[in-house]
Amino acid sequence: MPMYPRTALAGVILAGLCLAQTPASAFIAFVSNEKGNSISVVDSDKLETIATIPTGQRPRGIAVSRDGKSVFVAIGDDDTIQIFDAKSYKNVGELPSGPDPEQFTLDPSGKTMFVANENDAMVTAIDVDKRLALGTIAVGVEPEGISVSPDSKTLICTSETTSMAHFIDTTTREVVGNLLLPSRPRFSAFKADGSEIWVTSEVGGELSIIDPATRKVTKRVQFAIPGLRSETIQPVGINLTKDGKLGFVSLGPANRVAVVDGVTHEVLKYLLVGQRVWHGDFTPDEKYLMVANGVSNDVSVIDVARQKVVKSIQVGELPWGVAFAPN
Amino acid sequence: MRVYRTLLLFVCVGMAGFGARAEDVTEIRIGYLHALPSKVRLSLMDVPAENDGVAGALLAIDDNNTTGRFVNQRYVLIDKTLRAGDDVAATVDALAWAGAAFLISDLDADGVLKAAEAAKAHGLVVLNAGAIDDRLREEDCRANVVHVAPTRSMLADGLAQYLVWKKWRKWLLVVGSHDKDKLFADALRRAATRYGAKIVEEREFKDSGGARRTDSGIVEIQRQMPVVTQSAPEYDVLVAADESEVFAGYLPYRTWDARPVAGSAGLVPTTWDAAFDQWGAIQLQNRFTKTFHRFMSPLDMQAWSAARMVGEAAARTNSADPAKLIAFLKGPDFALAAFKGQKLTLRDWNGQLRQPILLFDGRETVSVSPQEGFLHQFSELDTLGVDRPETKCKWP
Repeated sequence: MPMYPRTALAGVILAGLCLAQTPASAFIAFVSNEKGNSISVVDSDKLETIATIPTGQRPRGIAVSRDGKSVFVAIGDDDTIQIFDAKSYKNVGELPSGPDPEQFTLDPSGKTMFVANENDAMVTAIDVDKRLALGTIAVGVEPEGISVSPDSKTLICTSETTSMAHFIDTTTREVVGNLLLPSRPRFSAFKADGSEIWVTSEVGGELSIIDPATRKVTKRVQFAIPGLRSETIQPVGINLTKDGKLGFVSLGPANRVAVVDGVTHEVLKYLLVGQRVWHGDFTPDEKYLMVANGVSNDVSVIDVARQKVVKSIQVGELPWGVAFAPN
Repeated sequence: MRVYRTLLLFVCVGMAGFGARAEDVTEIRIGYLHALPSKVRLSLMDVPAENDGVAGALLAIDDNNTTGRFVNQRYVLIDKTLRAGDDVAATVDALAWAGAAFLISDLDADGVLKAAEAAKAHGLVVLNAGAIDDRLREEDCRANVVHVAPTRSMLADGLAQYLVWKKWRKWLLVVGSHDKDKLFADALRRAATRYGAKIVEEREFKDSGGARRTDSGIVEIQRQMPVVTQSAPEYDVLVAADESEVFAGYLPYRTWDARPVAGSAGLVPTTWDAAFDQWGAIQLQNRFTKTFHRFMSPLDMQAWSAARMVGEAAARTNSADPAKLIAFLKGPDFALAAFKGQKLTLRDWNGQLRQPILLFDGRETVSVSPQEGFLHQFSELDTLGVDRPETKCKWP
């Protein structure tokens, strides 16, 4: 899960902005390789892969702990979440994720993790420090896109076959609302100020903008790329800048990332990236966005300010997602 | 949470675990009509399970109910097996009286027409999950039938596009002697003409009624199949039309010339295969295998899709009224996510579900049609099967 609000990291963000003139210190990205059974470690200065960490079978969802010390990766075929030390790259433990984890998210404190168990129509909550499962929550068929509101109060989980976003109270761990969405809602992300939830629908081919207060869709964003069949446009990953002004939506087999205005929700631009673009993450200074291209086995590096693809970097087989360490 | 108070069916059911008061829950009953399948197959691996098809519908009912928990809907499948001599119309009447709002049919073409006629009197819609006959969507189309199963022409076009893309344009067509074999051969001939393939010769394989699997079978077949296929003009691929399962399965590796086989054996166009894992299909395969302890068949998938269509329409319209649901299914907002990499929609001129055609070799997904480059002004999926300008369907 590369996307999460980082309110706790305001200091780091400020530092990053101040340092924009000087050569940025290198950030480290961790890229999960679904078929390679590995994590590629990518240096954002050298823009190259500097190490490969072997993992269990079928690593997909990936995130770095709030303190930057641990890398969490969902190991679908081994029914676990592995923990790696972000410096030594050593496997230092596991989290009881429940069966077939794919997407997961950390709450803003970084203490609780929520995992979507796709085969079992449920969400597992985990105490990260104690490495203990706290309980499960029943949701729709094939849960996927999971995110926590910046105020920690609401958990969003989309279920693909049920085609809903479920609103879950994180205190009572009960479903308090459901919203039908276009087919196969795949990924959800909150704006950093909590004012909007963005959800992509892979088969519906749309982005829904949702008001968390009313739990209603306020805008449906459609994508059209000249020369491409509409069926190939399958929105998946979402990355929103912290100021909420820009959203980057990965369009899967369309091999494009759509740049969406965070305020007007107009599609500003389509950036050509590698094949089957899936999930990505920003460098902590938001200078770059790095997205994983599953079929071409690389990550594309997007210059956020210029809205341009500046580089592609070879990683392992079938890269799924990217997570930057906060440094 | 929105509370849906519309109570359309006064049916009270045990609501334990559904997290809603019983009086707020709408129950939607779906009837499932099928005949027991013939177990005669060339390969033991192809012998259908007792619950072939109905298992897929039951899984969709489960999926619908998981969704239904959140919108206060509950789904029930009423399974009716027709045995020899059973009257289709009387069975439909019984299902209607039992409160079925939709009927899923896995009957042959004549059975579908009888069911449609009987269903009309009750204002019910039939979802045809089994019959692939083009005539049901053309000259014999009915306004109260939606076709979830693909047609023979869709299957043939899906195969032909791939063979042409592969530049295997010269076909040796071998056709069985039963009616449905001939219908599939018609679809293959039409596909060859549409996509620029050439049938260099046609041969008939007569079903002489011999035992299909006997102890000496292998020896016999090994001698017989080369003879059947010898002295053919130069060809790229042997295309077999043998829906009756008499000979096609025996052709691969036994043809006189070293040529691949496609159609009813070898590279087969279909809607599903246990080996298919793309576009999230692995999730459905896992759910199916966990529940029924066997692989999911194409018929299971068609029945799953049919029952999911009802669930999708009911959830989106927040209704259980068959008229509202069918209007939604035929309208522009309906889209079914069925693990085929794109949304499936209905052709509004004959009620046929648009869908990609999958091509399997028995172990692997070889390809998915429509193939790149086969263009269409509205939907590439309409390059498969009979298109709007050619349709003979006239709804009253």
